[in-house]
Amino acid sequence: MTRRRLATVWLDGCSGCHMSFLDLDERLLELAEHAELVYSPLVDVKEYPAGVDVCLVEGAVSTTDDLGRIRSVRARTRTLVSFGDCAVTANVPSLRNPVGAAPLLQRAYVDNVDRDAGVPVEVVPPLLDRSLPVHRVVPVEVFLPGCPPPADLIHETLLRLLGVEAGVPPERPPRFG
Amino acid sequence: MAGEGRRGAPAAEPRRRLKNLVPPGPVRATAAVCEAASCLSAGAGEVHAGLVDGVGVRGLTDVAVKRVGCLGLCAAGPLVAVLETDRLHRGVSGADLTAVLDDLATADAASGMAEPDPFFARQVRIVTENLGRIDPESIDDYVAAGGYTALERALTELDPAAVLAEVTASGLRGRGGAGYPTGLKWRTAVKAAGADRYVICNADEGDPGAFMDRSVLESDPHRVLEGMALAAYAVGARKGYVYCRAEYPLALSRLRTAIRQAQRAGWLGEDIAESRFSFTVEVRVGAGAFVCGEETALIASIEGGRGTPKPRPPYPGMSGLRGAPTVINNVETLAAVPAIIRNGGAWYASTGTATSKGTKVFALAGRVRNTGLIEVPMGTTLREIVYGIGGGVVDDRPLKAVQTGGPSGGCLPASHLDMPVDYESLVEAGSIMGSGGLIVLDDRACMVDVARFYMEFCREESCGKCIPCRVGTTQASTLLTAITSGSATPRHLADLERLGEMMGAMSLCGLGQTAPNPVFSTLRYFRDEYRAHIEDRTCPAGVCAMAGTSSHPAVAGP
Amino acid sequence: MSVHTFTLDGQPVAGAAGETILEVATEQGVSIPTLCHLDGLSSVGACRLCVVEVAGRPRPQPACITPVEEGMEVVTRSEELDEWRATVVEMLFVERNHICSICVANGDCELQDLAVDLGVDHFELPAMSPRLEIDSSHRLFAIDHNRCVLCTRCVRVCDEIEGAHTWDVMGRGIDARVVSDLGTPWGASPTCTSCGKCVQVCPTGALFEKGRAVGEGAKERRPFLPYLRRHGAGTR
Repeated sequence: MTRRRLATVWLDGCSGCHMSFLDLDERLLELAEHAELVYSPLVDVKEYPAGVDVCLVEGAVSTTDDLGRIRSVRARTRTLVSFGDCAVTANVPSLRNPVGAAPLLQRAYVDNVDRDAGVPVEVVPPLLDRSLPVHRVVPVEVFLPGCPPPADLIHETLLRLLGVEAGVPPERPPRFG
Repeated sequence: MAGEGRRGAPAAEPRRRLKNLVPPGPVRATAAVCEAASCLSAGAGEVHAGLVDGVGVRGLTDVAVKRVGCLGLCAAGPLVAVLETDRLHRGVSGADLTAVLDDLATADAASGMAEPDPFFARQVRIVTENLGRIDPESIDDYVAAGGYTALERALTELDPAAVLAEVTASGLRGRGGAGYPTGLKWRTAVKAAGADRYVICNADEGDPGAFMDRSVLESDPHRVLEGMALAAYAVGARKGYVYCRAEYPLALSRLRTAIRQAQRAGWLGEDIAESRFSFTVEVRVGAGAFVCGEETALIASIEGGRGTPKPRPPYPGMSGLRGAPTVINNVETLAAVPAIIRNGGAWYASTGTATSKGTKVFALAGRVRNTGLIEVPMGTTLREIVYGIGGGVVDDRPLKAVQTGGPSGGCLPASHLDMPVDYESLVEAGSIMGSGGLIVLDDRACMVDVARFYMEFCREESCGKCIPCRVGTTQASTLLTAITSGSATPRHLADLERLGEMMGAMSLCGLGQTAPNPVFSTLRYFRDEYRAHIEDRTCPAGVCAMAGTSSHPAVAGP
Repeated sequence: MSVHTFTLDGQPVAGAAGETILEVATEQGVSIPTLCHLDGLSSVGACRLCVVEVAGRPRPQPACITPVEEGMEVVTRSEELDEWRATVVEMLFVERNHICSICVANGDCELQDLAVDLGVDHFELPAMSPRLEIDSSHRLFAIDHNRCVLCTRCVRVCDEIEGAHTWDVMGRGIDARVVSDLGTPWGASPTCTSCGKCVQVCPTGALFEKGRAVGEGAKERRPFLPYLRRHGAGTR
């Protein structure tokens, strides 16, 4: 049996969703029988490959870098999963949205700084004016809310998307927060 | 007296009192100076004062000068009519009154009637029969024109059931917009249990471009009071309220004058016309909320609460003001009642169409030559209104659409010009009769921009009580702004239609339920214009700036 | 008292004159989503979640306020109702800044539960992200307008049960806000009795007790009225 190609992506999030993914524990071994993890912050692959079957996207789209990455991920992925509240609603990153990027940076890097004040421009990508849910930028097939989504839910969802016989139904339905 | 008082009265309140000139002997000629809001703002006050002086200087001892209400042709104000010959002087300037004074020097009843302008000749005036003829601040003028005879006849010859029967037979339907049968509304209040009953006149006219109710109140306030008294008699109410917006200071002032006069003359108060019928009227002033034109919100406002609507049923006819059965009618509806009682329901029903009886007053506005106030039989075509009476489109440009029904209505394209104007036809065509605002749009109007304007109006005027209206109007405005700024995708349009359907079905009151109508009607007839904005990023009419390059990310569809 | 028989989702049911569709449905074990409604307070029909289809009426009717009538045919679930109710929930979420993960009411929030019940797992409408205030001037409680859904339960419980009428609504449309004493900071309110009823009836984390952290806002639902015991709401 050929294994499906699974990927995970980390945009503007705290990596808590990835931690919850790791909470699958021994079920990760079972998952590995059905899927190969072809790209992830958890593995050492630098370039997002083509022909990915399922990709879990954690985090909101907050920078121009996020924007470019999610577009290329979308182009190379069959089933895109908005993975966790930051991807689904922009969640905590969106707390800055009522303020706007420029005033926010001004306050953080200029007004409240004693020395070397100035908005950083090197290495870090520019912020978008607002943090956006993934589906505001590219089409998304599956929404998996939660902060983080519980491991049981991730397990059940992944098995379903990988076309494996139903896993154990999650104790808690998908929920924001 | 909550709601009464100076609050909300604009500073420009035109209350320099102008005295009528009444000669001691018989009157040969009368100069009727239109002193409704539009002509007053164009300088009718100077005209009035100048005519009084000029008549004196020329020694015309048999000439009268008096203020009258709306002469109708607002586009050509200030207007002066010579009543004996029906000659209308347009655009009169207080600085040069020679032509009017020359006319007054020779005119008399024997000199023959002037050739009537098609603007007037094609109208049928019932509600507006006294407009431009009587002094709105004189009860004697109103009585001389047959005023209060309907009330007197009702109190002396008819029992309340007979009054109700005449109104039912007339086929009169609510002129506020929805067209609910007035007789049925009154009957509901009669049948509903309750010790007290109320009659409310809804004068909270708020549609952009609508000024029918204001004109009637400014020009013939007693007529509205008489209609209210007749309604009160028919349903057994002893107390009435007129709820009028504060933005109508002249209407309010003339209404208060009329109430004082009617009380003094015994047409309001205890034991009217020596009958056992008693009825008083109180004025309540709205504080500028459009939603207070919605009857349950209006009632909440009179009760001293926040002007927000309540779900219906129960309808006010069953449980209205302070829980009592309440008849709430629009100004124009009530103003039609005296004529119905005077001439009979059958007489009224002989005008109009099978389902829409009588006449309708329209405020003609927009890109039409003769902007102003008109009254036509129900079933008159739009073409007759716009071209026959309205004189056609300004600069003879092509007509693109006629907007009726304000923010709750829709835009009818030129292909519908031969459609009869009645309640059913308008609904079928995707608009509504509404209260009577009729705005003519020429080829330079962008229909998407028109839809955006009305949606923003609804967003500003939503009370915020229910979510579909509060959030729906805001989201829809954002979507429409994206379309008119050239940053929209086809998804915006799909979202807009989905939102519109949801708001229409789910909103608590008429404001939210009808807020999507301008969008739906423009989509129905002008979808190409939406497409041009979205797909070609151009505004065919050249109205929208289309400056949006890349969309604001938060509203960009995937 | 007269009794009306009618059908609820095709099943014949009976209700006393004056009872609402919601009351009869609840009695019958038919669940209709609600938000602004709370047993024991007057109904305002504002949130539109409890709307049901009534044969012969042009649009859905709020079950919380529509009295039962003889021969009425009521449908509580349909594809359209499901979709529109879900849109209501979506509208509530995008209107203000409901960020469940950092909310004091996380796990004990009626809005959060409604999203689960109605299958709302993301929002098609763009978030409006208004900039709103938090009034924490009161000694015991705070109000976070970011999480207010304008259900006006606080307004009604304060007026109808406590009799203080500290709360009311200011502004209109999207700018409407719940305010204490015509806009006086809550802590300076001369009418507030600090009874906490508003906090207890608030369906979200808008009104909360100070000193509680994320997810610690579980409300005690003190049985200050018989209705809370009767319907077991105190035990949630």
